[in-house]
Amino acid sequence: MKGMTIIVKTISSWVKVLIFLFGIYIVLFGHLTPGGGFAGGVILASSYVLLMLAYGREFAEENLSLPVASKLDSVGALLFAAVALCGLCCGAAGFFFNFIQQRWFAGQDRAFDLVSAGTIPLSNIAIGLKVGASLFLIILVLSMFRPDTSTNEKE
Amino acid sequence: MSVPLPVFVAVPLVTAFLLPIFGKKGKSAATFLANIATIALLVLAIASIGQSNVYKIGKWPIPLGINLVYDGLSSLMLLVISVVSAAAMFFSIRYMEQYTAKAKYLSLFLLMVAGMNGVVLSGDIFNLFVFLEIASLSSYALVGFGCQHEELEASFKYMVLGSIASVFILFGVALVYGNTGSLNMAYISQAIQKSGLNAGLGFALGLFITGFGLKAALVPFHAWLPDAHPSAPAPISAMLSGVLIKALGVYTLARVLFNVFGVTIPIGWILVVLGILSMVAGAFLAIGQWDFKRLLAYSSISQLGYITLGIGLGALIIARAGKDITAEQLAWASLAILGGLFHLANHAVYKSLLFLTSGSVEMATGTRQLKHLGGLAEKMPVTRATCTVASASIAGIPPFSGFWSKLILVIAAIQAGFYWVAAIIVFVSLCTLIMYLKVQRYVFLGELPENLQQTKENKGSMLVAMVFLACLCVLMGLLLVPGLRETILTPAVNVLTGGYSYSADVIKAAGGM
Amino acid sequence: MPYALCFLLFIIGLYCAVVKKNMVKIVIGIMVMEYSVNLFLVMLGFRTGGTAPIIGRDDIVTGGTLTELFINSSVDPLPQALVLTAIVISLGSLALMISICIRTYEKYGTFDITRIRRLKG
Repeated sequence: MKGMTIIVKTISSWVKVLIFLFGIYIVLFGHLTPGGGFAGGVILASSYVLLMLAYGREFAEENLSLPVASKLDSVGALLFAAVALCGLCCGAAGFFFNFIQQRWFAGQDRAFDLVSAGTIPLSNIAIGLKVGASLFLIILVLSMFRPDTSTNEKE
Repeated sequence: MSVPLPVFVAVPLVTAFLLPIFGKKGKSAATFLANIATIALLVLAIASIGQSNVYKIGKWPIPLGINLVYDGLSSLMLLVISVVSAAAMFFSIRYMEQYTAKAKYLSLFLLMVAGMNGVVLSGDIFNLFVFLEIASLSSYALVGFGCQHEELEASFKYMVLGSIASVFILFGVALVYGNTGSLNMAYISQAIQKSGLNAGLGFALGLFITGFGLKAALVPFHAWLPDAHPSAPAPISAMLSGVLIKALGVYTLARVLFNVFGVTIPIGWILVVLGILSMVAGAFLAIGQWDFKRLLAYSSISQLGYITLGIGLGALIIARAGKDITAEQLAWASLAILGGLFHLANHAVYKSLLFLTSGSVEMATGTRQLKHLGGLAEKMPVTRATCTVASASIAGIPPFSGFWSKLILVIAAIQAGFYWVAAIIVFVSLCTLIMYLKVQRYVFLGELPENLQQTKENKGSMLVAMVFLACLCVLMGLLLVPGLRETILTPAVNVLTGGYSYSADVIKAAGGM
Repeated sequence: MPYALCFLLFIIGLYCAVVKKNMVKIVIGIMVMEYSVNLFLVMLGFRTGGTAPIIGRDDIVTGGTLTELFINSSVDPLPQALVLTAIVISLGSLALMISICIRTYEKYGTFDITRIRRLKG
């Protein structure tokens, strides 16, 4: 894959930043507006996929190589599990217990602030990382037609 | 000691995602960690026997939040899953050296364990579906792990049928939600008790039986199993045949039919007929096989028939007696279900042992065609001994565990008045004996072929795992001794015979409305 | 009536998955089935003239009867969460299926399942 024409390349190099930022916005504001980790992660991945389509696979791989994406994938999952397990360990025992909200913000009316809802934004970030990395991995690996396909079914 | 229930899902899941971080260098560390995880699960499962509780995730009250339910049946299944997975994991330390990408194998393995643990613990029907999909997806990938012609073909076949089954189950879940307005199994059960079955719920029931029947490979739905199970690496075959079809098929079927929908006479008959069909067809097809693992896979179908038959007989007795069930009828129903569940536990142990021995033979000789093998008794004494123990157990030779569960099934069938069922059980048992005599004859006895003169016994972890399971095979009969029986088997049976009381128990334990 | 259409879609998917000989078409059939079920789930929560189940900043200010207003006007939010989860799962299984299709094509050089027959019995 050599990539497409100069027009596509130029425009996609502008647009990809916007798409990426939009993905981050969707992830961060997941607890306030529609969207969240999964939707945001898909958008994040799609910015890289756009890059891949416009410039060819090698260029996208230079930006985010396969092992790195694979590690990000695991890190996202581990972060999510860590958030859940912290609920179990910290204070009042409960898996997925929203410990931040209950402990430090209990009773405060912080609805619609960016820093609210306790662990939910953290989980959203973790899921966004996980979904973005794994979706990018899936598309990269499928476009590669080489061995090593068994990493792409998680989440 | 009270173990927080999500740990059973979280430990394998976290370990599964930790492993890829080690990368290519930390292969031994990854193996070590994975083994620690499965052994820890085994310890936890043993430690939590006897407790019964409902865990509300995130402290949300039910039915708003998701809950995990730990009762007798879950405890039995958890124990079986963790025993087999610990043994299979230990076996694969050495066995998987012949494959590349061991870390990926280990994390898929752990994901599968996490999915199965989730299935048996979940008290929420949609969550059950999600865990079921996690377990199935990783098993699809594991079946195709070798990436050879046959493995890919088997994996595709398995995946198509498995996905159709999953869609059926999802459709059933949607119908149940539409008709009862709840996803919590206890609340669904309550709604069904109040209003009875309507057309939508009846359709959902049919979808569930088809979907879970496909996952369990009962006979009209069995086409994928004899391809999928032999194609996987040996420890995975052991997991698939030993526990996956039971956790995803039989357990879910029993849970949904007994505790959520409630048993009726047609359901009882469906289970009995499916069970008998699987028993007979599986046994006949198995005798004609010349591939070691394929024979074992067909025999799994046959043995699964026993389990379904036992549970179905219990359902039939309970449903026939209706509301005013006498103590005697209840006792026979319990006996039939006890037979089924005990056979489930036994089969998990000896069938996984048989698959592990087949893997050991395959690794040492490079073939699993019965006609190319022979005379390995002297070359591989330990494999031979463990295989004999397992064969004797599955064929129902008295001191071994398989005999006791079959005996219970026969007694229950006779007491319930189904003499022909008892006759079929004995007949199929005879067929089983024939097929395992065939295995013994062609693999371990007879003349040693020229090209196998150099065969050596496998060492290390493989032997330990096999001997561990063989010991269990011999000792499993002890589970029927009064003291132990009350701790493990009786609570599991009571959950099923209790039927609708499941919902009341769960709601009470969760402090719900 | 919409439910019947949904069911029709389900049957079409099942037909495609069972009858077609091409591996990729089978995968498409399964996905059609998945999406028909997803559609069914979403329609379960639908109510005529309902609003999206989102509480915005403006709703807070009106206060008081917020919960009641929400219950009376919004569509059921739960099926949407279920559908999202189901979509994630079907995405995973789709990726796996397609990768197996690709690998099988590499090995056999065909997508025709009648010619991919090494296993029998």
